[in-house]
Formats: sequence, structure tokens, C-alpha cells
Amino acid sequence: MKSSYDVVVVGGGPAGSMAAWEAAKGGASVCMLEKDRDIGYPVRCGEAASDLGLRQFVEPKDSWIAKKISGAVIVSPNESKVHVKFANETGYILNRRIFDYDLSRYAANAGAEVYTKAYVKELLKSEETVTGVVVDHLGEEKKISAKIIIGADGLTSRIGRWAGIKTQIRMKDMESCVQYSVSNIDVDPDNMIMYVGENFAPGGYLWVFPKGDKFANIGIGISGKHSKYKSAKAYLDEFMAREFPNAAILTTMCGGVPCAKPIKHPIKNGIMLVGDAAHQVNPMTGGGIVSGMKGGWLAGQVAADAIAKGDYSEKTLIAYPEKLRKDFGKNHERFYKIKEATAALTMDELNSIAENVLKIPFEKRTLASVFKAAVFKKPSLIIDVLKVLSGV
Amino acid sequence: MIKIIDNKCDFCGTCVTVCPVDCIEVREASISIDHPICIDCDLCVEICPILVLETVDEV
Repeated sequence: MKSSYDVVVVGGGPAGSMAAWEAAKGGASVCMLEKDRDIGYPVRCGEAASDLGLRQFVEPKDSWIAKKISGAVIVSPNESKVHVKFANETGYILNRRIFDYDLSRYAANAGAEVYTKAYVKELLKSEETVTGVVVDHLGEEKKISAKIIIGADGLTSRIGRWAGIKTQIRMKDMESCVQYSVSNIDVDPDNMIMYVGENFAPGGYLWVFPKGDKFANIGIGISGKHSKYKSAKAYLDEFMAREFPNAAILTTMCGGVPCAKPIKHPIKNGIMLVGDAAHQVNPMTGGGIVSGMKGGWLAGQVAADAIAKGDYSEKTLIAYPEKLRKDFGKNHERFYKIKEATAALTMDELNSIAENVLKIPFEKRTLASVFKAAVFKKPSLIIDVLKVLSGV
Repeated sequence: MIKIIDNKCDFCGTCVTVCPVDCIEVREASISIDHPICIDCDLCVEICPILVLETVDEV
């Protein structure tokens, strides 16, 4: 580990690896610091991502894919099952452990240095500019100076706060999540299943994502607005006892998903935030793999350009949020509005939506038609639904 | 004050995100609360998916 780099990336998830990869490709000297002992582990994720999403950056490898998914089953509070086939899209349930690891290898092969068990405990600042980090690497404290810091430090992100970026999330926009990787269950191998409604998961949903033969990720996210009354784990355990009493739970993991709007201005002089740390998560689905990769990808490119130009101030780094907004900014605003509208639905309303959607013949049923029905009472949102889901 | 129940935490960091005063530190396998900074707002207790944190009377 050197004492100075052009770019230091904090966090080795997909967003961090994409940032490190792009910055290194662009000619910058890059160091990526991961606090845990492994890249890609522990996994805190349902692991769903779309083929088209991943293909923007990489050719998906077979070893990353636990299961290919062809559709979704949305289960209403009274357990009506609405089956929707993905139109032009293939979904994957990934093995994040292998996927994340490979992305970090791409970054490393492009020249980025990678260190694990490297916890960033402090930001170095000079006046209003971030100039480096203090890292605890295997028990040894080191100062690293950097022209640009990229914060890809996910949920535990504090470096954004230390730099003066407001990253705190309102309780209602924070999903409290638990997931089990479960074996010895009968599970639909081709579809992702999502249970909606207050009885299953208030302000969120409960998912069953197949990962293989008799094997699935079963998890839940509930809104922070509701988690004080009953924990995410309590909801999930009730579901497991009822639906899968003989399941073997091979992994227990918990986590949180920021289902807010992305941070509008995730930069300061010498620092950019990407991925979960910048709330780059689709607030409707909680999916953050592809959008986090996009954030990292763009930030890495902007970092390399800034290094080449020799200007690391906010004025130059502003290119990153500008590119972001062009790319998915508007869609995330739409997703957020749809999330707000659907979160306000009562169980009876959800049941009657399911009933109506089931009247649409299976071949004609699309995810857009489901959400169109869900926001039927807010006609202004129907256009948003069509816009964001027209590709699905 | 907020108490961390021993051996229960999964170190996911969800509490860190909602803390209004940045008084929680989560590392690879440790969690700590900076009590003098903590304002006892209980948001971390409310958001924790597996109830690792609890409110106790000051001793």
C-alpha cells in the first residue's frame, strides 16, 4: 500500500469495483479499500439483477448466475397470485459472492490495487477539500493521500457525512431487511415471487427468489415507519413457519435498503459517493446492483478525466451527477412516486387490483399493466408507470 | 441509553444510516455507540431488523 494515489475507492462492492475499474482504465493510479476480509462476502442482498442491466458493463458469466428467471409472481394480501412473464427481459438471481469477486478482479487487472480488512476510520481534509483517508489495515494505521476519494461504502457509509454530504435517510424510506438462504423447500424454479400487503410486509415486500433446486433466497424488507411495531425478522419467521416449516436455513443475513431518491449532489471537493452510499437504489423494487454499478462506472470515468485535467474540485466532479441524472435520475424520481402511491394502498385495494389484473389474459399481462392498475386512482402517475416500465 | 445485546449483531450497518448524530460505528465484526454523542432518539432500535439494540435506563 502506497502513501498516495490519484483515486482511493472506499468499499469493494459492485459500485466500488466499477469505479476502481473505470478510473484505472482511464489512466489513474487507484487503490480500493474493503473493510471486510473478503470481496463479495458477507452477501446482504436478494441478488436479483436483469441481463440487460448487467450487459451495459459486462458480459454476464455463467458462474455468476445461480438461476435464470422468466417472470414474476406477485401475491396479494389474500394470496391471489398474479403471474407476469417478463417481455423482453431475462432476470438472474446471482451468486453475489462470485460476481462481486470477479468485478474486483477486473478492476485489479486494469491496474487498481485492492486491499481487504482495510477500514477507513477518518477523512483527511484541507480547508474545504478532501485530501485523503486514514485506514486501519490489518490493525496498522496508515494515512493515504488521494486527489479523489470515491465513497462506495454502502450502508455503513460515514465518509459522505464526514465530507459534509447529507446521507441520513428518513425512517419511512429505509427498508429494514432480513433474508434466509433456504434449502429443502418446494419452490417455483422459474419465477421470482413477491408478497405484498401489510400482513406480509408493511411498506415493502417479502420475496422468494429461487437460486437452484429446492434452494432460494427468502427475505423481507419492511419500512422503517413500521419496523418499530414488529421487526422484519418477526414477519419473516411467521411466514417461514407457515409456508416452509421444514426449511433448512443455511444463511441468515440482515441489512437495510435505502428506498429514497438518489442524493442529488453526491459530491464535494475531492469526493464522490456511489452505490448505496449515494442511495442509488430503485426505490420501487429495492434493486441496487445495476444502478450502483452505473454510479460507480460514471464516477470512475469522471474521476479519470478530472485526474487528467488536474482539477478535482466540485466544479469538475459535477459532471458525475449530471451524467447520472441524464441516465437514471428521472426514472428514479418516477419510481419513487410510484412507490409512494403503492405504499398507500390498503390490503383491500391490493386484493381488488390483483383481481382486476387476473382478468387480463396471461399472454397480455405485463408488469406495466400491474402497476398501471396499482396507481389507477392517481392518473397522473400512469404515464410515469408506462415510461419506466415500457421496456419491461 | 442504548444497549447492544451481546453476540446478536450481524454488522449490517442499517442503524448507521438512520442515526441523526453519526454516533454508531460498524466495522467488519464490531459495533459501538459513542454514548456522549448519542441523543437517545431510538431510531436505531426501531430500524434494526433483528432487534440487536434496546433502550435501558441509565446506570
